[in-house]
Amino acid sequence: MTANELNAFEDEINAFVGREVCPPTPAKDDVNTAMIRQWTEIIGDTNPAYTNEAWAAKSTRGKSIAPPAMMYVWGQEGFAVTTGRPADAQADLVSLFNKHGYTGVLGTNVKQEYFKEVSPNDNVVMEMVIDNISERKTTGRGPGYFFETLSTFTNQHGEKIGTQRFKVLKFIPQEQPAAAAAEDTLQVPTRIASPRGHDNKWWWDACDAGKVLIQRCKNCQTLRHPPRPMCGECQSMEWDSIESTLDGEVLSHTELHHPKIPGYQYPLVCAVIRLGEGTNIVSNVVGCDPSAVHIGMRVKGKVEQVDEKTMLPQFYPA
Amino acid sequence: MVANVKDKAVIVGIGNTKFSKESGVSELSLAVQAVKAAIDDAGLKPSDIDGMATFTMDTNDEIEVARALGVGELTFYGRSHYGGGAATSCLHQATMAVATGMAETVVVYRALNGRSGHRFSGGVAGDITTSDAIHWGWYMPYGLLTPASWVAMFTERWMHNTGVTKDALFEVAHSTRVYGANNPAAFFYGRHFDRAEYDAARTIASPLQLFDCCQESDGGSAVIVTTPERARDLKQPAVSVRGVAQCAADNQEQMTSFYREEFAGIPEMERAAENVYAMSGLTVDDIDAAVIYDAFSPIVLWQLEAWGFCGNGESGDFVLDGALRTDGRLPTNTHGGQLSEAYIHGVNGIVEATRLVRGTSVNQPAKDVNHALVTSGVGIPTGGAILGKMN
Ligand SMILES: [Zn+2]
Repeated sequence: MTANELNAFEDEINAFVGREVCPPTPAKDDVNTAMIRQWTEIIGDTNPAYTNEAWAAKSTRGKSIAPPAMMYVWGQEGFAVTTGRPADAQADLVSLFNKHGYTGVLGTNVKQEYFKEVSPNDNVVMEMVIDNISERKTTGRGPGYFFETLSTFTNQHGEKIGTQRFKVLKFIPQEQPAAAAAEDTLQVPTRIASPRGHDNKWWWDACDAGKVLIQRCKNCQTLRHPPRPMCGECQSMEWDSIESTLDGEVLSHTELHHPKIPGYQYPLVCAVIRLGEGTNIVSNVVGCDPSAVHIGMRVKGKVEQVDEKTMLPQFYPA
Repeated sequence: MVANVKDKAVIVGIGNTKFSKESGVSELSLAVQAVKAAIDDAGLKPSDIDGMATFTMDTNDEIEVARALGVGELTFYGRSHYGGGAATSCLHQATMAVATGMAETVVVYRALNGRSGHRFSGGVAGDITTSDAIHWGWYMPYGLLTPASWVAMFTERWMHNTGVTKDALFEVAHSTRVYGANNPAAFFYGRHFDRAEYDAARTIASPLQLFDCCQESDGGSAVIVTTPERARDLKQPAVSVRGVAQCAADNQEQMTSFYREEFAGIPEMERAAENVYAMSGLTVDDIDAAVIYDAFSPIVLWQLEAWGFCGNGESGDFVLDGALRTDGRLPTNTHGGQLSEAYIHGVNGIVEATRLVRGTSVNQPAKDVNHALVTSGVGIPTGGAILGKMN
């Protein structure tokens, strides 16, 4: 594309800024408890202000409300969208990008602002415009433009309840080296590994080989975990190790709920376990319902592959 | 040996920035705003400052703060490590510097974009790479990698050992939020909170639920420490440091001291308390109000025991008697604490403890406050201080 062609193209896309994508349109269904219940179930939001009518009636609001983040949900097309969309300014802008090779598309972020709550039987009215288009950017995906739509939501009385900005990157997809592309598709998050240094590498290497070792002072035979370079009892720096039988007792435990970290499977229980050899170790308790884990519980560990890259001791009810 | 810093250093200025979830400014901007507010409160000029104390975790170098404020020369700067354990450790540094003459006027500051920038709740793996990483490596692969999860592990065992229930955790969470609801600077200002909301909130790491946890915050806090002599010419009544101590106990880890024979305890705070009482010549009966570090509700209970307000395992009954409320034995976290004012790593707590002794807390108890306790975060090397009225 020559500089002149690029200028002409940019004039064409910039002409879309400010154009209406959708005029003020009332949602087909009023705000209703069934949709709120399904949405909060999927999101896992247990706030009683949304779903517990009795609780909400006694709250300062005197009634339940819809989660503000559902604002955009009420005007969604639903199944009708599978039969095609009527043309609008956004569709025209997208096909203009596509025609010039900017066929890649990536929703980059959504930003909502809330001004007023809505409750069951209110109606949400949505309108949308194309708010802005960036200058040409070089991105990791390829050269492209960010465009942002601005949706404004009002209730049936014309009062503004919120806005939503949705930013999209339209880009010219770049050729990826074959190897890199293949790696990309295989990348599944794994557990966060410990860094390995002088004082702990041997322990994790043994774990990779299926063993849990406990460091032992060669001079006074005191066991220590986690490993460190000197014995606190006799200050000897000579050490060897013994292999744990992984017979243990739970000293404390916690079930991790939030945040859920990519690469970990939930439900997830962590515990401090006293090993038969006398040292403590932190690990996971698996193989039973999280609610069954208790202080004093006898457990038996084995070293297992927990994901593509990670070997870890895991403890089961004994 | 008992340290001899009693009444050799006094707090003469306090300052907070606005607390928010998105400051929109740099951490350096928050730091200099907080320090400037404290300087103004004291009636000093930036050039009167000759020492600084902050956290190793703080991203604002002393020289950057000095240059931005026009402080000029510094003859003392010292940093304290271990996250929130550093709160009163910075006061400890400032007190030692002033008492020994290493500096005359030291500012303690902490400023962070703790919500819009790096979030502690994100865990230790993501974007911190330090020498601590080997330590965290014993926990990260198992998923035990957030402050809430480490504290939860202690809490579960402590509740098991003592029989203390969630009723006591709720009382801490609730009494604090009642104060916060009356503090215009607090996130919880004007907000209603009750047991139903507490119980209905999501679990973070069992047994801790959402309202047992502090507010991730953007903001800064600062206090100014100088000599009693210098304080005589200044604007505010001086608040004396009667005693201040720090302690790392035997077999200490950072948030994960799971290798002690009995790990459901905070021996480091017990020792710090013993030292503060010894150097101040005061006893627990002399303490009228407190700001107790509250990143999570149960840690307040453990500290009440460590400082001797009640026996071991009795803190549940102590708080359920209403002790922490405004008319109770020990009005505590009257600014709303870090649970509901803001989480500025405990330095906003030193600000509030100073106000309690001045008599200017937004929730000032009706009784005279001659002495207020202020503490640092626990589960880590920690400490505390007793502040008192100048004689
Ligand atoms: Zn030894």
